[in-house]
Order: sequence, then structure tokens, then C-alpha cells
Amino acid sequence: MKHTINLRVNGEEVTTDVKSHRTLLEFLRDQLHLMGVKEGCGDGECGACTVLLNGEPVRSCLILAVEAQNSEILTIEGLAEGEKLHPLQRAFIDQGAVQCGFCTPGLIMGAKALLDRHSHPTEEQIREAIGGHLCRCTGYETILQAIRSVAKMRP
Amino acid sequence: MGQPVKRIDARSKVTGRARYVADVKIQGMLYGKMLFSPHAHAHIKGIDTSKAEGLPGVWAVITAQHIPGENQIGVVTPDQPLLAQETVRFVGDCVALVAAESASVAEKALGLIRVDYQTLPGVYTAQEALGENSPLVHQGGNLLTHLKIRKGDLKKGIGECDILLEETFHTQRQEHVYIETIGALAIPEGDGSMTILGSIQCPFYVQKGVAHVLGLPMNKVRIVQATTGGGFGGKEDVPSEICGFASLLAWKTHRPVQMILTREEDLRRSSKRHPMSVTYKMGATKGGKILCAQIEVLADVGAYATLSPVVMFRSTVHATGPYEIPHVKVDTYGAYTNNIPSGAMRGFGTPEVTFAHESMVDELAAKLNMDPIQIRLINGLRLGSQTATGQVLRESVGLEETIVKAKEACDWESKRAEDKRIGPSRRRGLGASAMFYGVSLGAKGWPLDGSAAAVQVHQDGSVSVAIGGTEMGQGAQTVVAQMAAECMGLSLDRIAILATDTSLVPDSGPTVASRTTVFSGNATLNALEQIKRSMTELASELLAVAPEKLDFRDGQVLGGGKKISFDQLVQHCYSRNINLGAEGWFVSPPCSFDEETGQGDAYYVYGYGTQIAEVEVDLDTGQVQVLRVTAAHDVGKAINPQGVSCQIEGGVVQGVGYALLENFMMVKGQIQTPDLATYTIPTSLDVPQVEPIIVEAISEKGPYGAKGLGEQPIIPTAAAVANAIHDATGIRITKLPIGPEALRRALLEERKEL
Repeated sequence: MKHTINLRVNGEEVTTDVKSHRTLLEFLRDQLHLMGVKEGCGDGECGACTVLLNGEPVRSCLILAVEAQNSEILTIEGLAEGEKLHPLQRAFIDQGAVQCGFCTPGLIMGAKALLDRHSHPTEEQIREAIGGHLCRCTGYETILQAIRSVAKMRP
Repeated sequence: MGQPVKRIDARSKVTGRARYVADVKIQGMLYGKMLFSPHAHAHIKGIDTSKAEGLPGVWAVITAQHIPGENQIGVVTPDQPLLAQETVRFVGDCVALVAAESASVAEKALGLIRVDYQTLPGVYTAQEALGENSPLVHQGGNLLTHLKIRKGDLKKGIGECDILLEETFHTQRQEHVYIETIGALAIPEGDGSMTILGSIQCPFYVQKGVAHVLGLPMNKVRIVQATTGGGFGGKEDVPSEICGFASLLAWKTHRPVQMILTREEDLRRSSKRHPMSVTYKMGATKGGKILCAQIEVLADVGAYATLSPVVMFRSTVHATGPYEIPHVKVDTYGAYTNNIPSGAMRGFGTPEVTFAHESMVDELAAKLNMDPIQIRLINGLRLGSQTATGQVLRESVGLEETIVKAKEACDWESKRAEDKRIGPSRRRGLGASAMFYGVSLGAKGWPLDGSAAAVQVHQDGSVSVAIGGTEMGQGAQTVVAQMAAECMGLSLDRIAILATDTSLVPDSGPTVASRTTVFSGNATLNALEQIKRSMTELASELLAVAPEKLDFRDGQVLGGGKKISFDQLVQHCYSRNINLGAEGWFVSPPCSFDEETGQGDAYYVYGYGTQIAEVEVDLDTGQVQVLRVTAAHDVGKAINPQGVSCQIEGGVVQGVGYALLENFMMVKGQIQTPDLATYTIPTSLDVPQVEPIIVEAISEKGPYGAKGLGEQPIIPTAAAVANAIHDATGIRITKLPIGPEALRRALLEERKEL
């Protein structure tokens, strides 16, 4: 069964038909071609598919596209302003927090949600916020350092 | 060179623009799926695919009988059919493939295939497999491999020891958990050739494997590596199978076929680290000099050999650890079972034996009332030492420096002397572990140990480098670009590293064994030197300066008080039709290994490392928290120190997972940990503080003195953690992973004994 949904994705109005069983992940990748949203497990265990739904980090593989009706979605593609990178993207590069890169978009979105909520998060809050994101390359320290460095730059 | 550099691929990854294979969709593409065996061992009596073929949206159903070439994909030993034909030998064996308009239709079609099995008795441990009258996994018998080292006179060595200890250790099956699952996109070309884009470590393995099953000459199979989301050995040989599946479906349908494994499929099909049982008898003098080691290793190879014969070679060569021991006897056995194949994983047979020998060395130290650092310094390899294979080390031995630096950085002496009790039921401890690791393929892989690079300088002075090694996250492209920039005196942004493609460079062997910095690096430098010679010759003529006085620096070619910009010189070269393209080649220095005695120069050079772990143990729960790991690694010249530190941090954390958490469990051949909820790896909440220390014992053969380091950081961690637990509690754990249940049980038993 198909539904017509309206939502904003990366600042653009989207009105489109979607099958009722489509996950938000499938919808973003297959229908909107936002390939920065990654599927690592499809079960909500790895965090690679994290996007922001009304500012909250969600596992897009665990949500149906129809549930995003009337909401505001932000994916990694909507983070930079043109070619000007978001401070988190910059920090991930500078701190060496990127290796294979597959977990990176989800992690950056998770970190953005954290910093939107807490401009100066504690160490526990940072670790907790990315605790559901699996990264197998870095051992997390450079990722934590990237997030800390952005928080530190804030007034 | 030697300065921290930001990765050249980072921007594409933080913007989500990097294209992994699942991100590439092409017109008319179909989706491939595979049907797994539900049984660990069974005879296939018949397969009925008619219903699946009739399902709308299904374009092809393939079984073994349709394979146009040879149904064989074994990379070292020809024991593995790509599709099971008569027998299934583990639950990841596939009996049929489907291509359909969508993944969900393909999935539905799988459910309509009827396979008539007759189950067979199986074997599920290596011990069982070698027992008398055990069911056979393969007709030739269950013993796949037996490797030996015979050095000195073991009896004499044992006789001269003041102390002799014996213990058996057990290690578990570990899964790679690269975050991107394996995937392939096979595109049938109009001329009958096949192009495959994939998430792969070793494109040349895939090329050979796919050509073989399709019955095509290798010049009709082109492999292009997509951006690859982690490998750790797991994408060494298994992608040949997945690319083989996708290309069979593409060959049959004449349409592109994409096959992206779900996490569950990936866990079920992909190889794992070998479960091993290792028995050590090790003896020393009162003064702490280790005189003898008798070692028996028994590994569960799983249903197919995959890379086991070479993994076992590493276990054998590294079994005595980084120590000079005069009398050695090693026997390493690999046995087939009906479990998931064990194959390549970071460390390749070395973390398993390192857990054992480093536990033994600590036990010797404890019995001799000696400091664990001291016993390692007494016995550690140094320049001029002889390894267990009789190899005399003539260059680049940084072990001692790693031991001393790690010890100093973690404040070893005062921390070891501190009170272990930090609360009524909490204890702290500190443990050390040392390792060595042969760089590249060594004697057993020598015929594959050459690598190529193809380089061109374009008209605008920018440089393209195609290498045979792959980038899978480890940072290979960045270090090769750095070396190319340094060699040509250009800034890093003038260098582009191309996606690895079998049509661009000759067979360069696999991207494994911590060999890419050295092999792709040297091949690139070799190509650039050829181009530089041509450019220098012309510059000499234009500037009227002798060629030997000219230097490539800061975007210029200069010397004798004169200079010309690199870009101008390039234009002059083009205007005179001077070739600014070249192919480079690098071959491993010779290696040797005698099958009877295990003597020879097993690897051309070794990396060394020492890690010290600090742990806190909760005596009530058995929970262990690793607080800090100091990790000193001798990597030769560190081309990109930031990249080296990242590799060390990531490797240590995988090692902590191996020590405490990770266990890919199988019972009677059935997977007990089918997903990432049941197979858990460390998260940001589990990781210790890691302090990487870079030691640079320069290697003559390496580019700018570099050695490999990709695998080394995972190797000593588990033993360091186990030794720290021993320091904290007095309990020696001999089985990985050290979960809270096991430690709690050991703690209770200890108390009972008291």
C-alpha cells in the first residue's frame, strides 16, 4: 500500500508516494538518493544510518518512512553549507577521526544532535551520545577528541 | 614526510559523498541473493528451483550445475566449490543464487527453492576432527596442515632448565565486524567481459577467482575497488566468493547484478579468526634466560582451507614470541571441521599464540620472582639475535626500545609496587606483553610478493598514481600520496591516488600482511624515479647544470644556483614528446623456510611492539575494565604519524574486544551469535585510554625506512590484559575471552582453595 507523505529533507520540501513498509533508510537512499545514509546492520545495532528527525538522532533503519510525515529530516548531505564544512566535519578530518568512513556520517549526525542539546557536554555525555555507534577502525578516541574540540570552540 | 598529515580521502567521507558499492545503482540492475544451507553437514539429494523461477520478477536461479567454468574458489587449496553441489559442509555454504528485480523478490524466491538434504554427522572441534573414526569433512582426511620447527636440542634444553612450566591456552573465534558488509556489483560488458565493482581487499584474487568460475581468460575480467568500509582480513578472500556469485548471475541474465550482504548474511558466510588450543612447555634458568620451548598448536580451520595454511605458517614462525630461545620444537596443526571457515583476520594467527607465550613468560617471571619487564629484556630479540627459524636479525630490531619506552610511559615500577586494593572488592593491576610480526607474505607467500604502481605526470604537472594495493580505511592512499609528493617535491594536493583497478596495474598480490606501505610505496617510488630521470635529463640541458646537482623541491627543479618550476619543466617534456608515464615494481627480498626443520629467513623484516595494560577488576562481579593501554610499536619510519597513532588506537581496541568481549559462538555447527546484538564489539563506553608510542627502527628495504604496522597493534593486547588481571588478582586465565562469568568462577574457586 502506498501513502503520500510530506516532509522537509535537508531544507527542501518533499511530497512523494512511499510504500507503507519502506523504512526511512530505504526511502532516503532509494527514493531521494541520499547515499550518505549508510546501512551497516539494518537492525538498529550499529548507528551507521543515523539521521536527525526534528533534531533528534534516530536509526533510520528502525523507522518507517510514513512515520516521518510532516517532520524535518537532516542527513549528512544537508550539514555543510555548500562547500563550507560544518565544524564537526572539519574536526573529524583534523583529529584523524575518519578511517574507513562508513560509520562517519551517522556518527557526525549523532554528535550534532548532542551538541545541539548541550553546547558544552560532559565527557560522560559525549561517550553516552555515541555509545550506540559502532566504529571498528578508530578505537573512538579520535572521534571523542573531534567532538570535544568542537565543544571547546564554542563561547 | 614524517609529519602528521590529514587523510586525502577524509573530506569525501565526512560529506557522505564517498561511494561505497551499495551507493552505486545502474540502469537495469538486478539484485542477487544466495540460499544458505540450514545444515552444518549434509548430502544434497536434489534441488527444485521451478517455483522460484516462476515467481514474477525473478530473472535467474542458478545452482552449481550452471557454472560455466570450474566450480572452485579455494584461494590456497582447491577444496571449496563456489556453490555446493553434492555436499554442504557448513551453514554458510550456498546451494543456489537468485537474481530478481528487487532484493525482496529475490528473498521471496529463495523461500520457494526446495532442497532435499540428507544430514550427515559432523565434527565441531579440531580435537574431535583428529580423533579416530571421526566423520570426514573432506575425503582426504581432516588434517589440513602440519608445520614444524626443529631448532637446537630440546631434550638438552629441558635438562638445563631450573624451572619448566606447562600450560594449555584456548582462544576463540573472532569476527572482523567491518562496518560495511561485503558487496559486489557485476556488470556484463558487450564484448563478453565482466567488470566488477566491489568492497574488497584483494582485487587480483577476485579477478583470478571470477575468471576461473566463469571460464573466462583473466583479460576478460576487470575488478575495480569501490570505497571500502573496513577489511581487517575479512575482505581478503571472501569477496572472491561474493563477486563470483554476482558475476554468475550477471553472466546468466546479461544484466548488472548487485549483491550487498545483510549483516546476518555477512556474519554467516565470512571467515573468522581461528579458534586455537595451544600447549606450551617453556623452561628457563634461575637467572631468567629462557632455554627451551615446546609448543603444540591445534587450530579449527572450519569447513574449507581458505587461507589457513598461511595463517598457520604465521602461528608457527611467531610461536616463540619475540625471544631468542636456543631449543625449540613447534608443531602446528590445522584441522577441518563443520564450522565456519577460519581465515584471515588482522594478526593472522599471531594474537592467538601471543596470548599463550606472553602468559607463559609472565608465569616464568612470577615463579622466578622476577620483574616481567626484566625477563623480556633478558630474552628479547635484538640485532644479531637468532629467531626460532634460525634467522639472524641484521637490521631494524626495535623491540628493546618499545619495552623501555612503554615501561617508562606508564610508570611501571611505581604502579606495580602500589597496593592493588583500591576498595573492598576492587583490585588494580598492570600487565605487559611483547610481540614481533613478519612484514609482508614471507617464505610461504613469496611468489605473490611483488607489487606494481603506474604513475603519470599530466600536462598541468598534476600526478596520478595507480597502485595495486587497496585502501580499506587503514590510510594507504594517504601515505603513498605523501611519498609521491616528497619524491617529486610537490605539495600533497598535486597527487591523486586512483581507485585500485586490475586494468591499471599488473597483479600486485593481496593487500594484507601489513605490506602496502612498503610494497605500493616502493613500487610508486620506483615509477617516479624513472620519470624523474627523464625530467632531470631535460632540466640539465635547459639549465646547463649537471643532472646530479638537480633536486626536486617545493614545486621546482633546482641546483647549481638555477631553477625551473616543475610545471614548466613538464610542459617542456610534453613539447618534446618525453614520456612522463612509468610503471614501478617492487619484489620482496628473498625468504626461506625448510618444511622439515622450519629453519630459514621466514620474513624479510619484522615489526616489534610492547603494550602495557592497566585494569581494574571487580571481585564481586568478575567484571574487568581496561583503564589504560600504553602501546609502543616499532614501525620503521612512520610516514604519517597521525595515521600510525590511529592504527595503534584502533588495533588496541580490537584487542580489548578479543580479550574481554568477542566470541563468535557455534554449537554443533550452528551460529549462536548471528547479529551485532549477540556478537558485541567495544563501544565508546568500553574503551580504555590508549597511549600510542612510535618507535622508528629504520628498515633499509622500506620506502624512507618504513615497515608495516596495520596488524601489529591487535597482537599483544589480550595477553597484556590477562597479565594485568593476574597482577590484580593472582589468577591466571588461560581462555579467551575473559568474560565476567569465567573470571568470577575462577575467583570463587581460588577462594575455596584458600
